[in-house]
Amino acid sequence: MSRFTDLFMGMLGAAPKKPKKISERVQKIMFLKYEDKDRYIKEKLHARAHHDVSHKWRNRRWAVLIATNLLFVLSFWLDIQLLEGSLTASRFAGFHLIDLNSALQIMLAHKHIIVNLFIGTFTVFLLWVLLGGRTFCSWVCPYHLVSELTEKLHLMLVDRKIVTDHEFHRGTRTVFWALFALLAIVTGYTVFETLSPTGILSRALIYGPGLALGWVGLLLLFEVFYSRRAWCRYICPIGLTYGAVGSISPLQITYHVEHCFHEGDCRKVCLVPHVLEVTVKGRASDETMGLGPDCTRCGLCVDVCPTGALRFEVKGLSKLL
Amino acid sequence: MSENKPAPAKKPAMSIEKAQKARRKFLHSAGLTGAVIGLSLLGYIPVTSAKTPRLRPPGALNESDFLSSCIKCGQCVQVCPVQAIKLGDLKDGFGVGVPHIDAREQACDFSCDAVQCILACPTGSLTYKKPGFLNIREGALLAAAPILKAKEKDAEPTLNLKERIGVARLARPESCLAVQGKGFKGEARSGSFKGKMRYMDVDRWKPIPVREHPYDVPLCDLCVRECPVKDAIALKPVKGADGVERMTPVVLEPCVGCGVCEMICPAEPAAIVIDAQATWKEA
Repeated sequence: MSRFTDLFMGMLGAAPKKPKKISERVQKIMFLKYEDKDRYIKEKLHARAHHDVSHKWRNRRWAVLIATNLLFVLSFWLDIQLLEGSLTASRFAGFHLIDLNSALQIMLAHKHIIVNLFIGTFTVFLLWVLLGGRTFCSWVCPYHLVSELTEKLHLMLVDRKIVTDHEFHRGTRTVFWALFALLAIVTGYTVFETLSPTGILSRALIYGPGLALGWVGLLLLFEVFYSRRAWCRYICPIGLTYGAVGSISPLQITYHVEHCFHEGDCRKVCLVPHVLEVTVKGRASDETMGLGPDCTRCGLCVDVCPTGALRFEVKGLSKLL
Repeated sequence: MSENKPAPAKKPAMSIEKAQKARRKFLHSAGLTGAVIGLSLLGYIPVTSAKTPRLRPPGALNESDFLSSCIKCGQCVQVCPVQAIKLGDLKDGFGVGVPHIDAREQACDFSCDAVQCILACPTGSLTYKKPGFLNIREGALLAAAPILKAKEKDAEPTLNLKERIGVARLARPESCLAVQGKGFKGEARSGSFKGKMRYMDVDRWKPIPVREHPYDVPLCDLCVRECPVKDAIALKPVKGADGVERMTPVVLEPCVGCGVCEMICPAEPAAIVIDAQATWKEA
């Protein structure tokens, strides 16, 4: 329970904690790992040399993301009516699907809930409880894909020392979540939707481009030249809403300390590296550990890890099999 | 207020560098928060300074309720057979992604035979029946369910619509062909006009471009002829300012504000327009 609380607080912005107690099994693993230093180094180099750099999860994810958004677009363009609407609210083969954060904003602004809204919200809630909340971010959100590409540009510029990355406090996103909720209640408008690049991009894809794309462009420029992936990391309340829902999800990426050489490749590619704090030497208290609710399940760490210490798993299921 | 308490035991001192870094990060984060919230509040400008209200789709709640309840998904756009519904852009502020109709470009001609945009709306922004606590503005309520001319002979000829979205008004009587006593021959709108409409005598279900349906009438009555709602508008003899009696389009109580009269009017600019969100006032 306290591990759950720590992870949840970590999502809200708290700094990761060192574990108070490390299980005997982990202590033994760590002892055996470092018993023979030469062997340890050899093993590490061996793993690195034999690592096929795969983009398995990235490719799968991009395929799903593009397919989902394409299904929205084609449903309207070709009038096949399979997935009508856009990411804020839609109907899949007649079933209402409503984005949880948009629904929340509306409930707060309008202060009234109708049955369809409730049904749609519930469907999506169930879906993301099963798949893991922030899966929405990396597997569906079109802004995620665009900013994943511009993030590469940013990292290249940082590498060449042309720009520096400015980090903000991770708790800023929690403050934004609360402020946008408050603004919805006080103003009676869904203020966040005015800026949400998720909604803007989704609508631009389906209904055609507009001026609002200029705002998305500015955001991307900010991320390229000033702060790495700033919108997703420090601002977007959608991610936090889904993170909270996904915190009870059985699907997650798990970390297996036994296979880890603590080199930190995973933390370099991660959008939310604080969830991988557990991969730092001495931070894992159990043999296997879930990465927590802020993880978007993008799988970049799984792809990059040379030893298979990070895996997609369903809680409890791996023990049964 | 209270007496000074002894200072609590100090935490282990942070290095000055680290403390400065933390302070900078906090200030940066506060700056980011202020900037983004500030930008989002710019959305107020178009909403509060709007001079002319937008024409909303049928069944729309009152403007502020409409803006607060619309989830900006565009499902209403998708079901409309004549694509009358457009979504707001960033210049609409909080109205970004919110549907509206530009009647002159493409009016709602009810060619769906019902009001399917209402059916498609997932949040009740467009609704058949308003919940009690959302007040109905005086004059917005229709005296009776509008009778759709196209369904007049059906068992159920009415539209499930309780409130009007606007009211038509003869804004420029001097340019009205009927008032001038003129007839009309040819396409109602210029050849490049993209607006569509359903014509009963062509195909009850398939809207065709207005430009493909030319007219030849001795006295122009296009707004009356093409109005989809029964008894919403009529040509009547009205005494002008000069005391001469002329045939003039007169808007009647059943007008729902669909905008077909504005779209079809051959005068440029249209002699008859829709006052969006206007309510019915007895003359």
